[in-house]
Amino acid sequence: MNSRISVKNIVREFDGNRVLKGIGIQIGEGEIFGMLGPSGAGKTTLIKILTGQLVQTEGEAELLGTDTRRLTDREYSRIGMMLDNTGVYERLSCYDNLLLFARIYGLTAEKPEEALKRVGLWEAKNRPVQKLSKGMKQRLVLARAMMNEPTVLFLDEPTSGLDPANAMEIHKLIKKQREKGTTVFLTTHNMEEAAKLCDHVALLCEGSIVEYGNPKEICRRYNHQNKIRLSLKDGRQVLLENNHDGAEKIYDCLKDGLVEAIHSTEPDLETVFMELTGRSFE
Amino acid sequence: MNGRKIIAIFRKQIKDTMKNKTVLIQFLMFPLLVVIMDRSMQMKDMPEHFFVPLFATMYIGMAPLTNMAAILSEEKEKNTLRVLLMSNVKPAEYLIGVGSYIVLICMLGAGVFAVTGEYKGRELWEFLLIMLVGILISLLIGAAIGAWSKNEMSAVSVSVLVMTVFSFIPMIAMFNARVKDISRFLWSGQINRLLNQMGGTGLDMETACVLLANGAIVVFLFEMAYKKCGLV
Repeated sequence: MNSRISVKNIVREFDGNRVLKGIGIQIGEGEIFGMLGPSGAGKTTLIKILTGQLVQTEGEAELLGTDTRRLTDREYSRIGMMLDNTGVYERLSCYDNLLLFARIYGLTAEKPEEALKRVGLWEAKNRPVQKLSKGMKQRLVLARAMMNEPTVLFLDEPTSGLDPANAMEIHKLIKKQREKGTTVFLTTHNMEEAAKLCDHVALLCEGSIVEYGNPKEICRRYNHQNKIRLSLKDGRQVLLENNHDGAEKIYDCLKDGLVEAIHSTEPDLETVFMELTGRSFE
Repeated sequence: MNGRKIIAIFRKQIKDTMKNKTVLIQFLMFPLLVVIMDRSMQMKDMPEHFFVPLFATMYIGMAPLTNMAAILSEEKEKNTLRVLLMSNVKPAEYLIGVGSYIVLICMLGAGVFAVTGEYKGRELWEFLLIMLVGILISLLIGAAIGAWSKNEMSAVSVSVLVMTVFSFIPMIAMFNARVKDISRFLWSGQINRLLNQMGGTGLDMETACVLLANGAIVVFLFEMAYKKCGLV
């Protein structure tokens, strides 16, 4: 698998303060990678290094096979970005915002229309951005980031502050983009979002990666209890061993029609993060 | 340098300014004012079209400077400039795109002054050339202020101060000998002098030296601001 993003032992200091402490990751084609961590963990700093906005103090970072300190027009034309601060022209319409970037990228005049339709904003094409809701603005920024059909898409907190319905819309769009082979690098502090979307995640705490892997595998790895929890119809919760005896008890309960739901005791990513760092995500 | 990107920025700026009344009013205020004043104020012994060189100097000391600073600092503050630069646009392409738009609008304003002043033939071209030189210097000062400022509010407060110096000193110099001595060393003072002496001997050594020296200082200040703060 070719790495579209490769980071080796990245260190970044600000006034002697180490914000990133030897980060290393490899992200391949068509992968959704999530960099998870609380505010101030160093997620945005890493995105800035990967997109050439910041230079690392130590280590090597490559984007599309090129050192991020020497990115050229060739690489920039193959990436899309949705930064935490939206950076849209508030007085211009949705269409005019996209038209500007279509012209900059040298895309056809149909591209803004296609992009607005893709994110469901075609009806609002002539509306000034300042009159859009936050969810619509986020979708507009995503449309802009995807308009040039990027090979790598950087998304910094793409659903921050959105309601669940809008967040789900954004998730669908990200997944569709991945189906086209785009590599997605997203930062979030929303564990549920990461577990739903990402093929691999890295848990970042105070500039260091404390865990890396597939979200489900990580959760299984930290399932120390290894038990089965039954929610019964009378409201009781029963914890059973994950073995032959437990299976028999589950069978009995199912037979008697007592079971409301069966759960494993696998922790979620937030619990894993707390176990590893002693800190919560908030 | 990519012409396509420069034109894209230029076209964006046209649309954006049309919807930005604060910026728009600065482009229109002095050309409108000069038409009104020239038509309505006729006093004994007052030279013909007295207000044209006076307001033209104030216009070039104000409009390009404040607008360039406001546009640049707003783009910095709202992060749109960062997004542009991350989308393949080079700082020079952005500055040329926005700068050429401001020059064009200000030259249209200069056209209004020229029509009001009834300049014709060689005088007309001379007037437009002098205005162009002044607009370019003023534009660079605005770019330096915009690059130096962290947000629009700080850019506006600095540019109002600087603009007041360059716009009003040449006017006050008409009534005060001491201020006139100071005005001699300012580019706007020399521009005002050239506008008032059109059709005469043309550019003398003093004017050329002051304009060149002011131009060099402005370029140096912009370079300093750009090196220290960049465009984002």
